[in-house]
Amino acid sequence: MSASLSHEQRVIHFLNRTSFGPTLGEVERVKRLGMRAYLDEQLDPEKIADGSAEEKVAALKSMRLSTRELLELYPQPKQAAKQATMMPMEMQGPRQVILELQLARLLRAVYSQRQLFEVMVDFWSNHFNIFAAKGADRWLTTPYDRDTIRPNALGRFRDLLRATAESPAMLFYLDNWLSASPNSVAPRFAPNDRRRGINENYARELLELHTLGVDGGYTQKDVQEVARCFTGWTIRQPRSEGGFYFEPRLHDRGEKIVLGTRIAAGGGVEDGLQVIDLLARHPSTAAFIATKLARRFVADDPPKSLVGKATAAFRQSDGDLRNVIRTIVESPEFFAVEAYRNKVKKPLEYVASALRLTGSETQITHQLLRYLGRMGEPLFLARPPTGYPDTAASWTSADMLLTRMNFAADLVSNRLPGSRVTKEIAGNAERLAQLIAPDSLSASTRAALGETSGSDVVALLLAAPEFQRR
Amino acid sequence: MDFSRRSFLKSAGLGFVAMGLPPGFLVRAAGAESSNRKKVLVVVFQRGGIDGLNVVIPFKDRAYYQLRPSIAVAEPASGAERAIDLDGFFAIHPALAPLKSIYDKGQLAIIHAAGSPDNTRSHFDAQDYMEIGTPGIKTTPDGWLNRYLSDKKIGGSPFRGVTLGAQTPRTLAGPTPTLTLSSIEEFRLRNQGMAAALQNLYANSNDPLFRQGGQILFEGMATLRSVEAKLPPSLANYPNGRFGISMRQIARLIKADVGLEIAFAEIDGWDTHVAEGGATGQLANRLKDLGDSLAAFHQDLGDRIEDVMVVTMSEFGRTARENGNRGTDHGHANVMFVLGANVRGGKVYGRWPGLAPEVLYESRDLDLTTDYRSVCGEVLARHLGQRDLSKIFPGFRSDTRVGVVA
Repeated sequence: MSASLSHEQRVIHFLNRTSFGPTLGEVERVKRLGMRAYLDEQLDPEKIADGSAEEKVAALKSMRLSTRELLELYPQPKQAAKQATMMPMEMQGPRQVILELQLARLLRAVYSQRQLFEVMVDFWSNHFNIFAAKGADRWLTTPYDRDTIRPNALGRFRDLLRATAESPAMLFYLDNWLSASPNSVAPRFAPNDRRRGINENYARELLELHTLGVDGGYTQKDVQEVARCFTGWTIRQPRSEGGFYFEPRLHDRGEKIVLGTRIAAGGGVEDGLQVIDLLARHPSTAAFIATKLARRFVADDPPKSLVGKATAAFRQSDGDLRNVIRTIVESPEFFAVEAYRNKVKKPLEYVASALRLTGSETQITHQLLRYLGRMGEPLFLARPPTGYPDTAASWTSADMLLTRMNFAADLVSNRLPGSRVTKEIAGNAERLAQLIAPDSLSASTRAALGETSGSDVVALLLAAPEFQRR
Repeated sequence: MDFSRRSFLKSAGLGFVAMGLPPGFLVRAAGAESSNRKKVLVVVFQRGGIDGLNVVIPFKDRAYYQLRPSIAVAEPASGAERAIDLDGFFAIHPALAPLKSIYDKGQLAIIHAAGSPDNTRSHFDAQDYMEIGTPGIKTTPDGWLNRYLSDKKIGGSPFRGVTLGAQTPRTLAGPTPTLTLSSIEEFRLRNQGMAAALQNLYANSNDPLFRQGGQILFEGMATLRSVEAKLPPSLANYPNGRFGISMRQIARLIKADVGLEIAFAEIDGWDTHVAEGGATGQLANRLKDLGDSLAAFHQDLGDRIEDVMVVTMSEFGRTARENGNRGTDHGHANVMFVLGANVRGGKVYGRWPGLAPEVLYESRDLDLTTDYRSVCGEVLARHLGQRDLSKIFPGFRSDTRVGVVA
């Protein structure tokens, strides 16, 4: 390979990193507009018309409902009712809510014109992970995606951090809604109320995973002090109303010292807000977020020079995410030969890019989601607070490779209910190959394609090592 | 016949240990009868930080009941919902009742106050440290189970190291390729017409990551198809959860003699910050899944348990004191199980540090008195015949002879 990428390679690389995969149409568009102008557009998603994707999502009723409505319309089915009904399990109660949420995520990844925005929504959904099957989060994750993550995915980091801290979904997932000062027993709470003391779950993940990073310079004492600051950040009746509120009677009003900063006694909700400001502007946070973004866009182990630039962009712009992303995407490191096709696609990236490349007409059904689950990425269902990883080693086991091969075969032969690939696609294989590897496929892939005929050629393309990378 | 061989191993092994001689030749002798009949280590990882103090309950340590007013498990006595006495000091959670008979048979050893010595309370870091085998050092590139496979370098079976699940764990990552599969039955290409082309494509790929991945995948599928017809159906009653399914499939692979040496399975749901429960409730439900699966595995293997040792571990224990929400937060030392025919079971090992406030680790957690590497090292040396443990756990020298393996 030459010392720098060809123009064709740059365009494919650019689309591989800033979208869920190139299509013939998008390649033409980037060539026409230029990458700079295309990036400008993508960084301003509100101005991009997105009717066809939103029309598909609009068919999913639960996506529009408030928490209260979701709880009313999709109650937990009783054990007896579960057996009596003929409805499949995944159509019952909150399972339907999660299913629609997963469908919406996949539909948008495939069909949205706001591709970079959708990439960032996926990124933050993992960074601020919620396990949607945990208790009330079965109903709270839909509003979390819609009202917490999406409005802030390309905004300011501090706003996103605050939105997650105040989101009922996060308060529930990491138990902060139950965390209370051990000294302030609020009289209206019954003796068997579970809120009787500090729960440090959220505070720890806030420092370790959301902001500073595990080596970002905090101690066990800091975890406890942060937990005290967030006492009283709770949820009003998670199973019937589900809104965030601050309950002063649960709050620890004593003095706290967080990362060396004194938070005076007598505070209320502002204690937590002060912690959010402190963390959002902490240099460790800038470096941690910059590193993760550089990992998403450039390399599993991103160049130090790039992380340095992205960190500086984060700090200079007070955590303006558009600024950080632009710095990364327009950097020489982004277009370096070493970065070209060095990332392995996550399952969502793999499935979405296959559907995009083949121009599949998809009214996604749960068979497609089941494939994502088998590949290791059931959407919104990562139990650990780390979310799904973004490094090659996590996605290349024998089982995952096999599932990808089976998916490719099922998709192209139209054995995947709900998805349809046109018959003409076999004749298009050469053009599709150009979108995967404009510098030409490896000799082995070429040879294998030569031995194959019909739509199997496209299935092989999707199953080939080249298409596992972006 | 198996009984006599086991008795021989047990008594002879004990004798040699007493004389300070390594029982390596015994291991070789036991493995000699069939080339692919190997000694097997099964590692069970309990992700999320299991609350060891409510798994094996120190009911004679009075501090236990003071620290856990709402989630303590009642001390052994007649009646339901009480811990089951093991040795007059420790008792096992009632949801683990099926393990009690295995313990009584001398095939289950318990090590308390054990685990990883690093003080991190991050799930991610603590799991990573435990899996790479160098707590406190993040730069270790491979997992300790992979280092074992790489050091031993015998045979080329794709089944030497197998993970049941979708994702290869850190502990099996490294230079020796290992197989990851979630289902024996479904481990096949749906479009057989593409098989030859796909295999060639991967075999000749210039992308080493996928070339290696493809090789083990296709070899694994071929081996499974060749033994599939001979696989006896499983008669034991495994729970229907992911972990039970994993253990059932490990048992099948062991009985199929495909060359399995290291198997890895995981069971999650232990991060009980809220409403942990005591004799019943959240933790009890997870323990039932764990205990029933292990007991079914033990029963399913029958005589083949001679060849097998199961070791359980979790990234950290939980706070000695219950938190404000009838749960527990991230703590330190924990409890480990070693199960197998050649385990010196029926005993709770490890020095008990106590739960009095002044002896708690960082004033909140159970202190650690046995490094998990001492336990794993003993299993590697005495069950699998690994001579040089410094290659598996670099920088670690066990100062504890735990004594769980004859």
